[in-house]
Amino acid sequence: MTFAHPVRAGLIGAVVGIAVAAGFADVALAQAAAAAPPPKIDSGDTAWMLTSTALVLMMTIPGLALFYGGMVRKKNVLATVMQSFAITCLMTILWMVIGYSWAFSEGNSFLGGASRFMLMGMGVDSTVSAAATIPESVFMCFQMTFAIITPALICGAFADRMKFSAMMWFMGLWSLLVYSPIAHWVWGGGFLGGLGVLDFAGGTVVHINAGVAGLVCALVLGKRKGYGTENMAPHNLVLTVIGAALLWVGWFGFNAGSAVSAGGQAGMAMAVTQIATAAAALAWMFVEWALRGKPSVLGICSGAVAGLVAITPASGFVDPTGALAIGIVAGIGCYWGATSLKHMMGYDDSLDAFGVHGVGGIIGAILTGVFARTAINKAGTGLIDGNAHQVVVQIYGVLATVVYDAIVTLIILLVIKAVIGLRVSEEQEREGLDITQHGEVVQ
Amino acid sequence: MKIVMAIIKPFKLDEVRDALTSLGIHGLTVTEVRGYGRQKGHTEIYRGAEYAVSFLPKVKIEVAIPSDQVERAVSAIVGAAKTGQIGDGKIFVTPLEHAVRIRTGEADADAL
Repeated sequence: MTFAHPVRAGLIGAVVGIAVAAGFADVALAQAAAAAPPPKIDSGDTAWMLTSTALVLMMTIPGLALFYGGMVRKKNVLATVMQSFAITCLMTILWMVIGYSWAFSEGNSFLGGASRFMLMGMGVDSTVSAAATIPESVFMCFQMTFAIITPALICGAFADRMKFSAMMWFMGLWSLLVYSPIAHWVWGGGFLGGLGVLDFAGGTVVHINAGVAGLVCALVLGKRKGYGTENMAPHNLVLTVIGAALLWVGWFGFNAGSAVSAGGQAGMAMAVTQIATAAAALAWMFVEWALRGKPSVLGICSGAVAGLVAITPASGFVDPTGALAIGIVAGIGCYWGATSLKHMMGYDDSLDAFGVHGVGGIIGAILTGVFARTAINKAGTGLIDGNAHQVVVQIYGVLATVVYDAIVTLIILLVIKAVIGLRVSEEQEREGLDITQHGEVVQ
Repeated sequence: MKIVMAIIKPFKLDEVRDALTSLGIHGLTVTEVRGYGRQKGHTEIYRGAEYAVSFLPKVKIEVAIPSDQVERAVSAIVGAAKTGQIGDGKIFVTPLEHAVRIRTGEADADAL
């Protein structure tokens, strides 16, 4: 999402306003049309966005499904990959019904309107001002894949213990009550975008959002039975490596696709994404090697994801040097989040949804305010170019998201807990979610 | 007749089999087992969470042999399975009362 659009939308609004003031005079309309020729659908942009949409979908299924699936115990692997798959299906339908409309159609500064309910009015030729050179259908699908992966990321926090029915209710409600509003705040014309919060591809909307919701889930659901005393080692890290690699590749659709065009901005986003990811993976690996004696496979994969998360908000604003710095800080910061912070605070964020996505998202959001270069994107000037205020704006964006997300997530969880309960029984948890929730096992 | 039971490191299985075969001992039974002795276990670390794994994978071989071959068999196993590192395993020898070859009905020494 480039930050030319609020400006462009404003211009279009002003032009329309003038036309209305002129009493719909044909002359005024003709002049307006002449002054701002409607952007045409660009086949290059459209081709890239079709590709990006498929890449981001691949991040959730199979990417995230395998990444998380490999990290759980064998008795829960099917339940874990099922969560990603079922969320993909559920979010698609909710996005079609009202989620997209609430996030991206005209509304107030808090929530979009209902003009795209059931995608009504989205025709073959329609476009939106946020992405004027591609069909709206492609923009809607691209955004849908973000609405899919965000709740799926939360699953890492409550792995091994949430009832499938409760998970479905929670994800559906969370998507409509938390994801759509916050996407609207930042990208859909809401108040955070209006304040100048920089979030190129979803550091705030996706990662902080999912991370904080995960933390609240971990706190409300409580620890896994036997946490801290029983062996809960990952059952198959090869799955996790494949998943992390799919996430990495898919992330080019996520970040470079967020340029919503096939040009220099997408290219630079790709370059900084690759650099930050590698830097964070190495940073995590070396820190772990120094402190624990061995460079672990899970460590380098976790570091790569931390780097991907942190560069996400910055990917359209920073140069390669900034990306290197963000990657290194994210690798070290998320290592601390997943290994020290979690044990210090005593919550069981099982697969580190908060430790990696929450901590990495916050690091990325704030450092975007530090390293944004005007030379890369006129929409973003950071501390490095003399604009210290941007850091304050970024922190404000983080706080607004964290507070709203935490409160609404907590309310949703408490309501579900009161109505159907959140956790499986202790006996079911011991037996495993695969057999008790889905009636299947992996031999 | 005796049963020689040896718990060895899994990667030493082929060498032990070759050593026994060269003595003319044909036929042994292998089981994958887990356990610990003086080696205790080891520690695995995943994102800072440490797990003590107390039972390590080993291979158990069982071979039935005439009493006069036992000493040579035991030293063959020791020779083949030894690395000098902790965790090389153990050998147990127990008496065997009776043996039958199912296909032919041959008994005891003829059945081995």
